Amino acid sequence: MTTSPGHPATGPATGVARDDSEGMDYLMSLPRRTVTVYLPLLCFLIVLLFPFYWMGLTSVKPNEELIDRSLNPWWVVDPTIAHYFHLIVNTDYPLWMWNTMVVAVSATLLSIVASVMAAYAIVRIRYSGSRWVGGMIFMAYLVPPSILFIPLALVVFQYGLFDSPMALILTYPTILIPFSTWLLMGYFKSIPYELEECALIDGASRWQILTRIVLPLSVPGIISAGIFAFTLCWNEFIYALVFISSSENKTVPVAVLSELVEGDIYHWGPLMAGALLGSVPVCIVYSFFVEHYVSSMTGAVKE
Amino acid sequence: MARVLLRNLNKHYETFHAVKDVDLEIQDREFVVLVGPSGCGKTTTLRMIAGLEAITSGEILIGDTVVNEMPPMDRDIAMVFQNYALYPHMSVRDNMAFGLKMRKFERAEIDRRVKIASDILGIEALLHRKPRQLSGGQRQRVALGRAIVRNPQVFLFDEPLSNLDAKLRVQMRVELKKLHERLGTTAVYVTHDQVEAMTLGDRVVVMKDGWVQQVGDPLELYNNPANKFVAGFIGSPGMNFAAVTIERDGDALWAANPGMRVRVPDAIVTRLGPHSGRAATLGIRPEDLHIAGPADDAGHCFDAHVEVVERLGSEILLDVSVGPSSMVASVPPTVRTKMHETIRLALDPERLHFFDAETEAAI
Repeated sequence: MTTSPGHPATGPATGVARDDSEGMDYLMSLPRRTVTVYLPLLCFLIVLLFPFYWMGLTSVKPNEELIDRSLNPWWVVDPTIAHYFHLIVNTDYPLWMWNTMVVAVSATLLSIVASVMAAYAIVRIRYSGSRWVGGMIFMAYLVPPSILFIPLALVVFQYGLFDSPMALILTYPTILIPFSTWLLMGYFKSIPYELEECALIDGASRWQILTRIVLPLSVPGIISAGIFAFTLCWNEFIYALVFISSSENKTVPVAVLSELVEGDIYHWGPLMAGALLGSVPVCIVYSFFVEHYVSSMTGAVKE
Repeated sequence: MARVLLRNLNKHYETFHAVKDVDLEIQDREFVVLVGPSGCGKTTTLRMIAGLEAITSGEILIGDTVVNEMPPMDRDIAMVFQNYALYPHMSVRDNMAFGLKMRKFERAEIDRRVKIASDILGIEALLHRKPRQLSGGQRQRVALGRAIVRNPQVFLFDEPLSNLDAKLRVQMRVELKKLHERLGTTAVYVTHDQVEAMTLGDRVVVMKDGWVQQVGDPLELYNNPANKFVAGFIGSPGMNFAAVTIERDGDALWAANPGMRVRVPDAIVTRLGPHSGRAATLGIRPEDLHIAGPADDAGHCFDAHVEVVERLGSEILLDVSVGPSSMVASVPPTVRTKMHETIRLALDPERLHFFDAETEAAI
């Protein structure tokens, strides 16, 4: 048999690598870039950061300046750390932070473990109704917590969990698992089938495939699911308000509101100091993992 | 090393019958290629041998063991995938060692085997790299290395070369052939490329729509195709076909259509006899056509209208029309002809093929 070089029947199906930045040439000149990139970015930045500026500003204003209308509201003349001092020494604030941390970390871990297994089973194990189960899990995410808290409160009472951190650790996953599962399902789907089949032939068990092939490749997806879960736990308000009553068990979002507002008196200084300090841990978490977070949202597993 | 036996193998997906009654015996140390157009069931067959796809009915034996219910890891096979399926988060060394680690081999033995395999494939310098730092050809080698270190009874290849560019594909094809020579492991190779099938296979299995069309060594498929499909699939460019009527004229048989009238060679007159007066398909390969000369019998010549001239350097392909049918003729590069000319072509009567017009089986 002769092969005729270059004849169509034996010809290659060559893919030409292309740069996706084509069509972005308008970003090359500075004035254009200013208008199309920097200006909108600046607007975003102002809108996003203003609440933090206001929180920070209020938290360092002495009480006299806070109520004096003759002064410039955008600035502080005589900054003080009295509010922070009051918050940390005279209230249970450190305890609230600790409670929030314990609840958020435990609920997040619990949810991620459950989600990883659920998502993997739905995506990769062939059984009838796997698609249906996946759909139902996502539907569960659409049920608003403000409706669920009434039946959940009954459950919490029945099990004697009321006013304990376990009430929150066990109820938060009802919100977290559906979304994390759904997010991880998308991530697991992007891992080529062949990798797992190859591992199967190589002699790995299902569990080994999950722990040695799938999980290492899904780290960005797991991190973003974790960040999502952690943030949601940290900020959660309604369950924490309903299921916890004593001050020493409260989480930051509820405690700041219920313990720092007396009747109709708003202690603006400590309130803002509490809110600002409360957002620090989430910021730290984000700053560590932001690159993974972005890559899991924009890209899949690269071979 | 072992033989592989497929007995009456069938695969049904919900409504789709993908593999139909496949019977095949693959000898120990043999290199068998499954070839066919996409959707012909070749990959499904391979995946059933690997244990990645459940068998609907029939039996698969590796060695003397029925492996129908055996999980892939216990079948002692190694598979090379089209997209290489290298573990992206592991180095080349770890990729190759993974299968051995899973089987609890000792560290020293793993190192020894990885060393041997990387020597064979010339990838010693790449062992510490990650797959994304490798070129396509290097990845392919690593995928091969991962199969070699396992020293399995059977190699399974699922279109391993189709992600490579044309030049590299030809080079890897040769290396695969050498590798098989050296290791002697039984191999089952799936491809849609008939050139790959012909060059690599000790035997080639042509499949279409789930059926095995023909099994044979490459030249047998080329010289004696069992039906019109195999005849058209094997060879490049493919065989020319013309719808003809078989006419009897005394003792002789003629295959005729409005553009040509060809005398059937004596050797096959008896076989073709029962078909006289009926429609049939005449087949002739492009390389069995030539420009008619004085030595050619008038009964084997016909006029052709040149439509396209493809100059490939080593040969010229003439796309011609002969009455209602179009044909390709492969002629030496010295032939001078232009488009829209009419030339006289002759065919090699020994190389004529006839196929039943309805069943498409060779006559």
